[in-house]
Parts: sequence; C-alpha cells; structure tokens
Amino acid sequence: MSSFTSRYHRQTILPEIGASGQEKLTASKVLVIGAGGLGCPILQYLVAAGVGTVGIVDFDSVEVSNLHRQVLYGEHSIGKNKALTAKNYLTNLNPEIIIHAYPEKLTPKNAISLFSQYDIIVDGTDNFATRYLVNDACVITNTPLVYGAIFKYEGQVSVFNYQKGPTYRCLFPQPPKAGSVPSCSEIGVLGVLPGIIGSMQANEVLKIILGIGDVLSGKLMMYDSLSAKFSTFSIPRVDAEISKVLAAKADFEAKDYDLFCGIKKSIEIVAKDVFQLEDIQCIDVREAHEQPKIKSLHPICIPLGTLKEQLNMLDTERETIVFCQSGFRSKKAVALLLEQGFKNVSHVKGGAVALYEHEAVKEL
Amino acid sequence: MQLTIKYFGMLAEATAITEEQLHTESCSVSQLLEKLQHQYPKLSDKDFKVAINQQLVNHNHIITTEAEVALLPPFAGG
Repeated sequence: MSSFTSRYHRQTILPEIGASGQEKLTASKVLVIGAGGLGCPILQYLVAAGVGTVGIVDFDSVEVSNLHRQVLYGEHSIGKNKALTAKNYLTNLNPEIIIHAYPEKLTPKNAISLFSQYDIIVDGTDNFATRYLVNDACVITNTPLVYGAIFKYEGQVSVFNYQKGPTYRCLFPQPPKAGSVPSCSEIGVLGVLPGIIGSMQANEVLKIILGIGDVLSGKLMMYDSLSAKFSTFSIPRVDAEISKVLAAKADFEAKDYDLFCGIKKSIEIVAKDVFQLEDIQCIDVREAHEQPKIKSLHPICIPLGTLKEQLNMLDTERETIVFCQSGFRSKKAVALLLEQGFKNVSHVKGGAVALYEHEAVKEL
Repeated sequence: MQLTIKYFGMLAEATAITEEQLHTESCSVSQLLEKLQHQYPKLSDKDFKVAINQQLVNHNHIITTEAEVALLPPFAGG
C-alpha cells in the first residue's frame, strides 16, 4: 500500500467515499478565512482528510491568550503570523497536499481574485465587517460559503450560496449596531466550543466535496454547549438581497465594510476649523436655492440627490469637506463618498449656518 | 393560545432566561415583539431574526396557533 493509499485508508473504506471520493478531495481547493479558534480545527481536518489545495488567510499573529483554543499553535508560535505558522504545522500533518498561506488582511481589493482560485470558502473570522465582505465576495464569485460563528457557549453553522440557496444577507441583511455584539476577546469563550463549531464546518466542506449527505444549505444550525442542544431553522432565499450585492459589483472593491458595520464613523469637523484647512475640495450638498452661500470656501455645489452621478467632478484622493444646511445631509454624503473610495472625508457640524457665522467673524 | 419563546445568545442574557411560556391572543410577530420588548427593555436595542416553528418569518407574519418562537441574534465570534 502506498503512503497515499494508507494515509486515507480509514475514510476510503467507507463505501460512500472510496477511491473516487478521495480523488474528489485531492482535486478540490478550499480557502479558509481566519486561522483562529474556528480556523484551527477547520484547517486541521481539511488538511488531514487530503483536500488537495488549502489556502489560509490571516494577517494576525499568535498571542499567548490564543493558545487555549487555537490548537495549531504552541509556545514557539507567539508573535508569529498565524497563516504562516499554521502552514508550517499543517505541512507536517500532511505533506502530500498544497498549502498556500496568505499572511495579509482580506480586503475588497484582494477578495475577488483570491476567491476565484478556490471551490469553497470557509468563514472562520471574528467580526461582522469581514463576514459581510466574505459573503459578498462569495456571491460575486458564485462560490459556496461554509459559515460558523460563536458567542460564549453557543455557536451557529450554515452553508450559504450553495446551489441557489440563501446567503448570509438573506439571514442577516444588515449588520447589528456597532458594539452591540461583543467578541470572544471581550466576553470570553471556552476553547472547545470553536473546536466543535469549526469541526462541523469542516464536515460540511467534506460533504460538499464528496457529494454525500444533506448539506446544511437553507438552514441555520444553533448549538448550545451548556444544554448540549442543537436546533435547526429554515432560512428562505431572499433574491432582493442577492441582487443588491450583484448590482453593486462594480463598486465592490471600493466598499468600506468597517463603515458599513459602523466600526468606522464619518468624521465631524467644527466650522471654525474648516477655514484653517488648505488645499481641500469643499462640497455643498444643498439644493441650489438654499442660503446662506459660503463663498470663501469656493464649494462645488452638488445636491445630495445627484451626488452619486456627479462623482467624476471630484478627486477621490484629495481631502474633502462636505456641508449642508445643518449637518444631516452632509453625514449621508460622507457615507456615500467613503463607500465610493474617497480616502479622507469629513462633514461640517452645524452645516452652512455654522460656517456662515465663522466666515463673518473671519472677515471682521 | 400558548407560545414557547426561546432566547438565544445575548438575548438570553438580556432577558435572563433561555425559554418561557406565554399566553396570548392571535397576533403578528411585531405585536409579539412589542410585548416582549416592553417586558424586557434590554431587548429593544438588540438585532435578531424571528423563527416560528423553526421557520424564519417576517415581522408581519400572524401567529394563529400554539407555536415555538425563537429569537435568533447574529454572532460574530470565531
């Protein structure tokens, strides 16, 4: 028996898998986002089972407080990048497969090209911004997504975007308010819970590749480790949510998911400081008839309603200050501009009314 | 009719229970939620989905018979 045959013997003797199942595993490519609490067990089992190509994305480095649950790492890994360290450990576990480590942050800029090289994406991330980013990139590249998430003693598992099934946004169209759902680092987690949830995710990946059993698509599984209870809920596909992501495909690379999830907020600037700034582009998003006009700032006048159509008039790289009458519309304009890839955008507190007062003071 | 309400994740923390029985007349999901948010004010600022008998439903869904109502919040941890 060759090393290849004996390595996978215990799974290939299962009649549902056999040699042909092992060939399917060898031919498959799976990308795991996050090599943390969920990522470690996911990676361990996928690599051990002989998934032919495994990618690992993680920009983070190992801390001592990770070791109670992130079982691919040890004392010597502290301070080292997780993707590279995990690759090192996993190559020893199974040298017969290809492992790619991406020691970088997943962003809208690299997600599409990365996802396009893989058959299945596994979400082992720890924040909403990346979860929405992963979902949207899976929808755009039409790649199945094996989802898992944890909270204290409970976990969720599902398979999204699989054979026209629902996506993460069909379940949760909008992220929760920033800070309303704490993370493991804030509230703690018992190490074995991500072990269970990550193992279930790995199991779904293997089922998809092998074409066996019922894939957890269209269903959300909840697990409560304290009561040892599983509950499963049916999730309908919401075409409108999927169309929205596809319609915004052209703007995807410029989308700011931190802003979308409320992690980053638009910056507010007070009126008197605006007059100190040099080399800015200033946008007045009020309707043409609204007074007073702030002439000394030489604003470009683009009413909020037409801003999206007139972006070609603006420079995305330049520091941008937006104002309206009182500060409400300008806040919306800032969100829109940040979404469109503007780097440095603020809006004026109190709007034109406040600016006018200071402009008058300055002229005295 | 009798409803069994199940609270998951941070919703169980907001209500300090994981499950309860509730007697009510036929009502919509949003009417039920109003009642629950009145009873547990901490639920008001939480985001969650509602499932009736293990099926995700909209807030305008009318509950007419005995049912199990699950409140499902999003989790982020990993």
